[in-house]
Amino acid sequence: MIKKELGLGVLLVVISAITGAINPAFLSLVNLLNMANLIGLFGVFALGEGLVIITGGIDLSLGAMFALLGVVFIDLLTTYEIPWPFALLAVLLGGLTLGGIQGFLITRLKMQPFIVTLCGLLIYRGAARYYTSDSTRGFGYGDEAGALSNIASGNVAGIPNTFILLIILALILGVLLHRSVYGRWLYAVGKNEEAARFSGINTNVVIATAYIISGGLAGVSTVLFVFYTNSVSPSSFGNFYELYAIAAAVLGGCSLRGGEGSILGIVLGTALLQVLQNLVNILGIPNSLNFAVMGTVILLGVLADHQLQARRRRKLALAGLARTAPSSMLVQGQHGASPRGADALPARTGDQA
Amino acid sequence: MAEILFELAGISKSYPGVRALDDVSLRVRRGEVLGLIGENGAGKSTLMRVLGGVIAPSEGVIRIGGNDHARMTVSEATQAGIAFVHQELNLFENLEVAANVFIGREMLGGGPLKLVDNAKMRARVTPLLERLGADFAPETLVDNLSIAERQMVEIAKALSIDARVIIMDEPTSSLTISETERLLEVIADLKAHGIAVIYISHRLGEIMTCADRVVVLRDGRTVGELARDELSHAAMIRLMIGRDLKSLYTPPQRSPQPGGCNIVGLVTSAFPDRQIDLSVRHGEILGLAGLVGAGRTSLARAAFGIDPLLGGEIRIDDAPIRVASPSDAIRQGIYLVPEDRKKSGLVLELPVRENVTLASLLNYARMWLVSGADERKVAKEQVRRLSIKAPSIDMEVVTLSGGNQQKVVLGKWLSMQPRVMFFDEPTRGIDVGAKSEIYALMRELADQGVAIVMISSDMEEVIGVSDRVAVMHEGSVSGVLERPQFSEYNVLRLAMGQALETVEAAAP
Repeated sequence: MIKKELGLGVLLVVISAITGAINPAFLSLVNLLNMANLIGLFGVFALGEGLVIITGGIDLSLGAMFALLGVVFIDLLTTYEIPWPFALLAVLLGGLTLGGIQGFLITRLKMQPFIVTLCGLLIYRGAARYYTSDSTRGFGYGDEAGALSNIASGNVAGIPNTFILLIILALILGVLLHRSVYGRWLYAVGKNEEAARFSGINTNVVIATAYIISGGLAGVSTVLFVFYTNSVSPSSFGNFYELYAIAAAVLGGCSLRGGEGSILGIVLGTALLQVLQNLVNILGIPNSLNFAVMGTVILLGVLADHQLQARRRRKLALAGLARTAPSSMLVQGQHGASPRGADALPARTGDQA
Repeated sequence: MAEILFELAGISKSYPGVRALDDVSLRVRRGEVLGLIGENGAGKSTLMRVLGGVIAPSEGVIRIGGNDHARMTVSEATQAGIAFVHQELNLFENLEVAANVFIGREMLGGGPLKLVDNAKMRARVTPLLERLGADFAPETLVDNLSIAERQMVEIAKALSIDARVIIMDEPTSSLTISETERLLEVIADLKAHGIAVIYISHRLGEIMTCADRVVVLRDGRTVGELARDELSHAAMIRLMIGRDLKSLYTPPQRSPQPGGCNIVGLVTSAFPDRQIDLSVRHGEILGLAGLVGAGRTSLARAAFGIDPLLGGEIRIDDAPIRVASPSDAIRQGIYLVPEDRKKSGLVLELPVRENVTLASLLNYARMWLVSGADERKVAKEQVRRLSIKAPSIDMEVVTLSGGNQQKVVLGKWLSMQPRVMFFDEPTRGIDVGAKSEIYALMRELADQGVAIVMISSDMEEVIGVSDRVAVMHEGSVSGVLERPQFSEYNVLRLAMGQALETVEAAAP
């Protein structure tokens, strides 16, 4: 499966090289660091979306969650003047809770993920707009959360903290998904929930946990975005961001049918999306074509992947056929002298006469 | 002799590495019922696919009405009057009966608009249903029909295209006894109307009842043909497997030990007004027979914690245990090898290794991180012990044969400590060799003290493998037979809810 990530990595490098050759500004340090920052911002919640997609579900509510949690976060800091560690904690808990509620509705009440999170999208967005009377919230002139702001939008040796945070979270989730028991269960549940249940796996908990993780990461992303834009206008903040996450995950090899995908793939997918956006600007392609370019690349990527998989499946099927041939020969040979493994057969006939 | 409807001559079909059909010849006459038997993988389905135009033969000729074809297309086959009643029914549950009968060739009306004329289709289907003795209307949604009724829809569909040959592939595998009888009557009626039927079945009793002639396939070749007066179970089985079937039974090495699993007054959601009492001792194989839908699978699902228990309790060695979920059951050593291994037993796209360790992964993990080395060791051990034929433990299960897939399911449980194991149709769709291996394995487990419940609809298996047989009827256990009382007759009586006659009469 690592092949897929390799292909994506190569694609990323090739596109970057071509863009860099046409316009060297693409490879300037400033531009690269700017992209790194955006990759960090958009990568964090794409990781959560990826986990949800691996369960075979989808989370459409992320962007609206940013808006709701964002206005609450700013309000806690500015209006209520709560110390930032508590405000941060509140936002993280808020994200986990919303994820938990969605997970509960999906697993316990057996509602469809698309519906639950679509309603979540509408409700959170509406709540954010009502809460603020549709007015933009921003920080005053004070340094309500100076320390946190420095962390969220700062850098270490020039590398944006958002990017560093993405790498750390990706490493943690990478271990969780690819090395831990939970990760194995997640793939099993995504591929065949019933067989997972018949193997004693509490599939409801496994699935709900994915939504909770996604909600928690949405909380983290909210804080990052708030300090990136320094204000939240509830009707537009985070609009469509869940679609970026879904696109990144799908581009990174997650199948919407569930059970497929990797953390590395999701990170690479996010990076590719940001590179594409950046390339549109750098190459002077009309900005209005931004989405069209993104859509085309995803479409081609998924199409290529499908073709490759179909070829692989054909190969496997042929290998399988070739193997069943000798086994049917064995059955036929059973009344002969001494077939291999005949000692295991209770209904032997050769020596009865 | 009646007119020959069609003839297959010297048909062969090769796939890379396999010769699925090898010089098969077959003739079907007007108004005859041709039984086609053979073990799984003998080539029956491939042959029928050739006949239906789904696949092209590599060699040979299909002769219909004096014309030779090197191959046929599906529409040519349909025009020649060849119709299928599929093993897995190919109906649209969301559409009504009439719409299903005319699917793909809807009757149109409404002038230039060419709208579907439902009334006309229903009117055409009504007499067909009457002729088949079906008691549902053409506007019934297929979703509301039983499997037997759906079969009637398929047959009605065949009649509606004026089929001259109807191919039925395992038509009775999910039918009750009375439904089976009904189907056999329909076949007799078709025959009387000059329609030929190719009847593919593993149920030799039905073949004996309805076939005029039986063709036996083995390993892609025709190995024999039996005329009506030559038909007998023994003759057919001899041809199918090329050897005499000896009794499958291997007696236990030691007598069952006291203790075991007691199911007391268990109520399942499938039959909320019935109670099940059943006991299986350590070291014995208890066969659980009954008609399809008698509540055997519901019992296993409830005991394994998949479905809720509505009442009663489960005791192991007289200690009541709580089973609210499969993980509770697994903790108690109660395992289930489910009926549908592809759907419930395996994650087909995952490798052998991950399937084997799926249920016990926490045992090979430290702080929730999987130890690759431990996991591989366990998987390799199971592959060796069960002689699973797979090129490597990292091979996806989907590429293995049915028998080897089933062994992977077993490996999943045997890597832990079983105390009570439920096997639900453990050898369905598995070749003869793998079957015997699975029987040997069940016996080995029993001899190690595991209490085994084997749900099976295969009479030969129930009688041949079990130490005792419990029979279920409509949601409760209608009787338990000891080995001396074993007979197909006794099992069937209990399965149909009748009492055993007397001990003397029951044990001839």
